[in-house]
Amino acid sequence: MEPLLQVRDLSVRFDSDEGSVHAVDGMSLELAWGQVLGIVGESGCGKSVTALSILGLLPKTATVTGSVRFDGEELLGASGSQLRKIRGRQISFVFQEPMTSLNPVLRIGHQIEEVLREHLSLSRSAAKKRVVELLDLVHIPDPGRRIDEYPHQLSGGMRQRVVIAMALACDPKILIADEPTTALDVTIQAGILDLLRELRARLGTAIILITHNLGVVADLADRVVVMYAGRKAEEAAVAELFAHPQHPYTIGLLGAVPRAGSARNGRLQEIPGRVPSLAELPAHCAFADRCTRADEQSWSSVPELRLVRPDHTVACFHPGER
Amino acid sequence: MTAEGQPVLEVEGLVKHFTLGRGVSGSGRVVHAVDGVSFSIAPGEVLGLVGESGSGKTTVGYCINRLYEPTAGTIRLDGADITHLSRRELRPHRRRMHIVFQDPYSSLNPRMTCGQIVGEPLRLHKLARRSGIDARVVELFDSVGLRPELRFRYPHELSGGQRQRVGLARSLSVSPDLLIADEPVSALDVSVQASVLNLLRDLQKELGFSCLFISHDLATVEFLCDRVAVMYLGKIVELAPRDELFARPQHPYTQALLSAAVVPDPEIQRTRTRVLLEGDIPSPIEPPSGCRFRTRCPLERESAPRSTDEEPPLVDVTGGGHFVACHLVRRGAEAPRLTESPVELAGAPER
Repeated sequence: MEPLLQVRDLSVRFDSDEGSVHAVDGMSLELAWGQVLGIVGESGCGKSVTALSILGLLPKTATVTGSVRFDGEELLGASGSQLRKIRGRQISFVFQEPMTSLNPVLRIGHQIEEVLREHLSLSRSAAKKRVVELLDLVHIPDPGRRIDEYPHQLSGGMRQRVVIAMALACDPKILIADEPTTALDVTIQAGILDLLRELRARLGTAIILITHNLGVVADLADRVVVMYAGRKAEEAAVAELFAHPQHPYTIGLLGAVPRAGSARNGRLQEIPGRVPSLAELPAHCAFADRCTRADEQSWSSVPELRLVRPDHTVACFHPGER
Repeated sequence: MTAEGQPVLEVEGLVKHFTLGRGVSGSGRVVHAVDGVSFSIAPGEVLGLVGESGSGKTTVGYCINRLYEPTAGTIRLDGADITHLSRRELRPHRRRMHIVFQDPYSSLNPRMTCGQIVGEPLRLHKLARRSGIDARVVELFDSVGLRPELRFRYPHELSGGQRQRVGLARSLSVSPDLLIADEPVSALDVSVQASVLNLLRDLQKELGFSCLFISHDLATVEFLCDRVAVMYLGKIVELAPRDELFARPQHPYTQALLSAAVVPDPEIQRTRTRVLLEGDIPSPIEPPSGCRFRTRCPLERESAPRSTDEEPPLVDVTGGGHFVACHLVRRGAEAPRLTESPVELAGAPER
């Protein structure tokens, strides 16, 4: 079966007075129906830009090339009206900070209703009924009363649930969640992760989960893409990736996180140096200057993605677990 | 807890209330940010203060440093009561403690070079002659792993990790007895966090200062701290030596917190039982009566009605310095368990 979403050779460049920045370079992704795809990376690796470009949400300064096919339809270069039919209806977004997605002066019920009326042309009473159902779906207690509240009356966790309810209003095929739990406390995060898992199981919504948190990916994703400096560094199924990481960057990230018990007596693994500037794409491996495995080859050409284990691709000349 | 000598820091019955101004929602209401917190830190000890947002952990740090005026309680630094000292009287004590802030972007003066920032405490406390300051700054830059030429740069020219190192160098310039570190790595990327945490640990071992490490992240606290205090809604609910706390958490809130922390291991993450707490942290304006955790406690039914009327005191339940404030935890009795296996809580067994 054709994948639900297929991103091919996506590149994004931002032009400004101070020169251009290559935020994403030659990214390819596939998302199967009902799958949870985790995209992990540190700030500036291009994970959010990749997601935004799928729905044409980048500012005009961005030059996007490549192809984004959703359910057989090409989205790159699609017209505004065509995209509006897909945004929020077929593919919807949940962002890190719920307050950026909610209008502070409108009651939450009204805001969700708006989505329903816009996309599904429901009548006012039908929309209202559906809003209550949606709030109930995301486990907001006493939804009938909550619809009349304003965002500031809700806690951070509840707001994020409202945003998720809004994103699910039209029963989308894909939910893109960009750091959905980063602004939340751990006990609240646990609840949101459980909710996303439950929604995927109940509604079959595919999820693109963008995060810097390897624990969140380990919790929810079926498949993981690790990004570094605008490119894909590694991709595999979640169990495979955590058990047999091949790219030195992935290995570094895993070693850098303090864990229960294991790091107590040892040191955390450091990745020396810093993420490279994206002003010009290096003609060599972008990770070379921080990598102990780098050699002449790493400094002279860009490693292509290749299959090193079953269903496990890596962009590194010297892949391996150690 | 080391018994030898006097604690570097003693906090007793610390209370900080903020009175809300006359606003739409204000008009004299009181936020109970910190409500009777006591602990001490021994020389060379690292105490972790963990809690979620609104628990009051940062307020505790700010009160100790007198960035906030405590409402009540006593703060003793090296045995001297500093709670009510005037700014002038506080000056000589200032060099004994220093704070590293969470945000490396707003805590450095953008108009000063990094060298000036690090040298300023030396100048203010007259710890070095003018000619000696630069040499000391170079030394400090070296000790936090920054190239010396970066001292001529301005903060905006540095990365987040480098800035946090500048903040650390500034704090250590006065050789403090106590370092208060308020979420020093939470604004940094994972790979950068690791190097700052390693650095902090190395420096602490080498220089032997005491540290109050404030964080929301349990794994970081476990990595760095000797003892850990868990805060909830302005109170310490549990305080224990690190290994003891992570292996045998007693308070239901600590157990829930441990079970909710995500670990980068799909196998563990998908098989462990999570203790989900009902609802949200209550408002510190009108905290619940009795036990503050009772509104979210999975064991509320068992502790009621006592938990509604009576505030549980923080008592040593093992005799070995494991303090818990819960009506259901008693000395010599099994702690209430929210999941079947306590190992699941801590996440990963040693591997």
